[in-house]
Amino acid sequence: MSVQQHTATTGNGHGHAHDGHGHHELPFWRKYIFSADHKVIGIQYGVTALVFLFFGFTLMMLMRWQLAYPGQPLPVFGKLLGETAMPGGVMAPEFYNQLGAMHGTIMVFLGVVPLAVGGFGNFVVPLQIGAPDMAFPRLNMASYWVFLPGCVLMVASFFLEGGAAQSGWTSYPPLSDIAPPGQTAWLFAMVLIITSSLLGSINFIVTIVQLRAKGLSFWRLPFFVHAQLVTAFLLLLAFPPLEAASVLQIMDRLAHTSFFLPSGLVVSGEPLKIAGGGNPLLWQHLFWFLAHPEVYVLILPAMGIVAEVIANNTRKPLWGYRLLVYSVVFLGFMSFIVWAHHMFMTGMGTTMSTFFQITTMIISIPSVIILTCFIMSLYGGNIRFTTPMLFATAFLPMFAIGGLTGLPLGLTASDIYLHDTFYVIGHFHYVVAPGTIFGLFAGVYYWYPKATGRKLNETLGKLHFWVSFVAINFIFMPMFFQGMAGLSRRLYDPTIYAHGRGVQALNVVISWGAWTLALAQIPFIINFFMSLKRGARVAENPWNATTLEWAAPSPPGHGNFLTEPVVYREPYEYSVPGQPNDYSPQFRAEA
Amino acid sequence: MDEKIYGWWLPPDVSVHGAKIDQLMSVLHWFMALLFIGWGIFFLYCLIRFRARPGHAALYTPVKAIATKYIEGFVLVVEIFLLFGLSTPVWLAYKNNVPDSAKALHVRLVAEQFAWNFQYPGKDGKFGKTDASFISADNPVGLDPEDAAGKDDLITVNNLHIPVGQPVMVDISSKDVIHSFNIPVLRVKQDTIPGQMIPVWFEATQPGHFELACAQLCGLGHYRMRGDVLIDTPEDFAKWQAENAPPPQEAPAAAAPEEKK
Amino acid sequence: MSETAIPYMVKPHPVTGIPNGKLGIWLFLASEVMLFGALFSSYVLIRTGMPHWPPEGGLSSEVLNVPLGTFNTAVLITSSITMVLAWASCKMGSLPKFRSWMGATVFLALVFLVVKYFEYSDKFHHEHFPSHDNFYAVYFVLTGLHGLHIVGGIIVNTYLLTAGSKMWQTDPEHFTNRVENAGLYWHFVDLVWIFLFPSLYLL
Repeated sequence: MSVQQHTATTGNGHGHAHDGHGHHELPFWRKYIFSADHKVIGIQYGVTALVFLFFGFTLMMLMRWQLAYPGQPLPVFGKLLGETAMPGGVMAPEFYNQLGAMHGTIMVFLGVVPLAVGGFGNFVVPLQIGAPDMAFPRLNMASYWVFLPGCVLMVASFFLEGGAAQSGWTSYPPLSDIAPPGQTAWLFAMVLIITSSLLGSINFIVTIVQLRAKGLSFWRLPFFVHAQLVTAFLLLLAFPPLEAASVLQIMDRLAHTSFFLPSGLVVSGEPLKIAGGGNPLLWQHLFWFLAHPEVYVLILPAMGIVAEVIANNTRKPLWGYRLLVYSVVFLGFMSFIVWAHHMFMTGMGTTMSTFFQITTMIISIPSVIILTCFIMSLYGGNIRFTTPMLFATAFLPMFAIGGLTGLPLGLTASDIYLHDTFYVIGHFHYVVAPGTIFGLFAGVYYWYPKATGRKLNETLGKLHFWVSFVAINFIFMPMFFQGMAGLSRRLYDPTIYAHGRGVQALNVVISWGAWTLALAQIPFIINFFMSLKRGARVAENPWNATTLEWAAPSPPGHGNFLTEPVVYREPYEYSVPGQPNDYSPQFRAEA
Repeated sequence: MDEKIYGWWLPPDVSVHGAKIDQLMSVLHWFMALLFIGWGIFFLYCLIRFRARPGHAALYTPVKAIATKYIEGFVLVVEIFLLFGLSTPVWLAYKNNVPDSAKALHVRLVAEQFAWNFQYPGKDGKFGKTDASFISADNPVGLDPEDAAGKDDLITVNNLHIPVGQPVMVDISSKDVIHSFNIPVLRVKQDTIPGQMIPVWFEATQPGHFELACAQLCGLGHYRMRGDVLIDTPEDFAKWQAENAPPPQEAPAAAAPEEKK
Repeated sequence: MSETAIPYMVKPHPVTGIPNGKLGIWLFLASEVMLFGALFSSYVLIRTGMPHWPPEGGLSSEVLNVPLGTFNTAVLITSSITMVLAWASCKMGSLPKFRSWMGATVFLALVFLVVKYFEYSDKFHHEHFPSHDNFYAVYFVLTGLHGLHIVGGIIVNTYLLTAGSKMWQTDPEHFTNRVENAGLYWHFVDLVWIFLFPSLYLL
C-alpha cells in the first residue's frame, strides 16, 4: 500500500505522507463514538448486538413462564411489566404475541447478524486480508449509525399503544396490515436496519476484492473471509425485496392501499373499507425471498469462525479447503431459489412445490459437504480443547441435528404434518442457537485477545460452555417431540388442545432449560468485563495461529499493521513437516 | 374425547392417506438417526484419538478419504429416493387424487378471528350463495337470504361432523386474516387465505372425537381457535344431519346457526 | 476521521482494473436492480390477479398522461447525455465545461420532478390517491420511489457541482471518478424510468 496516496478519505483535502498512525490525536467522540475505524465500529456492533441478544433472550424467558405455567402470575417481574401486558401478573395473549414477534426479530436482525457480520466481519476481515481498514471507512460509520436508530425504534415500539409488533417476525398480512401501530414502527425500523446492512455489504465486497495484501490470492484467503464474502452478496441481493415489501406494507397501513389485501375482508364483523384486489401471498414471496438467504447469512459467518478455530486448535490444515470454498459459493447461489419451501401449505400447485422441493434437497448437499469437511479436519489433528475449540467442536453435532431435521420440513409430504409446529422451532433453533451462537461465542473467545490485548479466563469459559451446552439441548430437543405430537407454534396456551396437554410436561423441562441457560451466561458476562482489566496480557499471536490478523499488535493501532503485510503461503500451514514450529504463519517469510 | 392417545410422538392416524405420510416420516427419522450416529461415532473417535498429549503431533498431509465420497454418494442417493420415491408420490397423490365429487361430502369453511364456520349444503346438495355484505353475528358465512338453495344449508361453528368411509371435500377460505385448517389425526393441513378458495380432501377411517387447531398465527385469539372434529358412523352422521337441518322456512329469513356438540 | 490511506481509492486495482468507488457503485446498482425488480414483480403479480386493469376500466394510457410521460422520458434520456458530457469534460480537464453540463443535468432532473408534480397533483385533485385502487397504488409507489431516487441523484449532483468540486483543485482524478460513479447511478435511474414508462403508461 502506498503511503504517498492522497488521503481523500480524510475529508480535509490535504494529502501528505504519514505512517498511518495519525498525526494528531482525535477527540474522544471521534475516536470512540463517531469513529470510521473498522475496529471501533466492529466493537460497537459487537457490543450492541450482544446487548440485544441478551434482551431478545429475556423476552423469550418471559414467554417460557407462560408456556410452562399457563395462566399463572409471574413472580417478582409480573407486576413490573404493567397492567396492560401482565394484568395481575398474568401474561396477556397479545403481550405473548408481541414477545414472540420481537424475540424473533431482535435475535435475527439486532443480535446474530450484527454480531456475526457487523461485529466479527468488521473487526476481523480487514485484519485477515492485511488491509489498513475497510474500503469505505466513513460509509462503515454511517452503516452503524443508521443501524442503531433502527434498533432504538424497534425496541421503543413496545411503548406504543397496542404494544410492539405482534404478527410474528414474519409479519404476514392481512394480520400485520391491521395490527396496532407497533407494526408500523417495526416496518420503519426494518427499513433502517436493511439500509444499514446494504451499505455494509457493499463495503465488505469491495474491501475483500480490492484491498487484499500482496501475495493474498483468493485461494489463500482464510475460509472466514470466503464465508463473509458470500454472506455479503446474500445481504446485498436478498434484502432489497424485503425493503420493497416493507414499503408496500407501510403503504397498506398508512395510505390504505391494498397491496396485500383482497376484496371482501370482514374484520370483527366490520367490512374493511379498502379498494381490495391485493394478494396476501405477495408479501410471503417477497419476505421469504430475503428470509431464506437470511438464514444462510445467519450460519455462514459462524461456519467461517468454526473453520478458523478448528484449524488453529487441531494444528493441521483444514481438510478439503477448496471443496469448502466451492460448497459455500454454491450454497449462496442455491439459497436464492429455495424460498417457497416456507410456503408449501399456502395452496401451492404441484409444479411449483416440486421445483422448490428439488432445490431444497439440492441445497442440503453443500451443507453436508461443509459439515463433513469440518469433521474430517479433526482426523489426524493434535486437538487442544481451549474454550473457543469447545464451542467450535460442539457446533458440529448441533448443526448436524439442525440440518438433518430440515429434511422432513423440506419434503412436502412430511411438511403437511410438521409445518408450523414446534418441530420447525426445534429445527431452526438448533441451527441458530447451539449452531451459530456457539460459533459466535467461539469467535468471542478466539478474537477477544486480539481486540483487547488480554485473554478471557479459561475456567469461566469452560463453565460457560458446559452449562450452556447441556441446558441448550434440554431446551430444543424436546421441541421435536412436541412437533411430532402435532403441537402448533405461537400458541399462548398450548393446554387448550388435548395434543398440547399430552406434551405439556416437556414445556416445563424446556422452560427450566431456558432459565438455566440464562444463568450460564453470567460467568461469560463477568469474564468479559473482568478480563478487560484483569485478563492475562498477550502479545500479537497468543494462539500460535497462521492468519494475518495475528501479525498485528493486540490490540492493533490505527492502520493495523506496523509494517505492510505480505503473504507467503496458504492460510492453514500447521505442522508442516520439517519445520521447527507446528505453525507457519502466512505473514512470515521464512516458514 | 380420549386424552390417552396423545403422547410424545405422532397421534393415531385415522385417515386414508396418512399412512404414507407416517411411513415417510419414519423412514426419514431412521435415515437421520443413521447419519447422526455414524457421523457422531467418527466425531467422538477423532476427539478422543487425536486429542493433544505429550509426544503427539498432527498429520499435515490430508488423509485420503475415499469413504467420504461413498458416504456423500449414499446420502445423495437416499435423498433422491426420499424425494422422488416417497415424498413426491405422496404429495402428488394428496394434491391430485381428487375424490369423485358425486360420492364426496362437500363442506365449505370460512375461517375468522377466532372461529371456524362450516357450511353444509343440506338436502338439496347445493350451497347457498354467500357474500361478505351479508355477514353478521347471526350469519357468520354471509348466506344470501334471498337464495333458495341456502335455506336448507346447515351452519356450524367450531364443529365439524364428518362420516367415516366417505371422502370429504372442504373448500376453505377466510374472511379476515390467514388461518390454517389443521387436523393432526387426519394428517391434514391447509392455510386459509383470504380472497382465495382452496380445496382440501380427506377420508376418515375411524369414528371418534378429535380436534381442529389453527396452525397460522391469526391474532390474540389464535391459541383458542379450537374446533371439535366429530367423525361419526354413516348412520350417526345421517341422524346428526337430520336433527340439525334448519326447519323449513316460508319467510326468506337467513338460517339460524346451530351450535351442537 | 480515519487518517489511514486506503489503497485504490483513485488508482485502479491491478486485477479488477477499477478503483474502489466504481466497484462499490456497481454493487449498489445490483442491489437497486433487486429493489426495483421486486417492485416490478409485485406489479405483475397484482395486475395478473385482477380481472381488469385498470380496475375501473379503460386503458392505462387513458388514466395516465402519455404525452407528459413521453416528455419526461425525453428529459431523462437527455439528462443522461448531459451527465456523460459532464464526466467527459472532467476527463478533458475543463472544470467550466463540467459545471455547464452538470448544471444542465440537475436542471433537467428538476424539470422531470416538476412534471411529476403536475401529474400527481392532478390525480390528487380528482381524489385519486394511492388508496383509490391498486392501479393508483402501483403507480404512486413505483414512480414515487423512482422520484425519491431522482431526488437523491439531484442532491449528489448538486454537491458535485458546488462544494464537492473543490476536490478538482487537489485531486482531479479522484473528482473525475466521483463524477463517473454519480453518472453510473444517474444512468441507472434513467433506465428504471425507461422500464416504468411503458409498463405503467402504455401497457
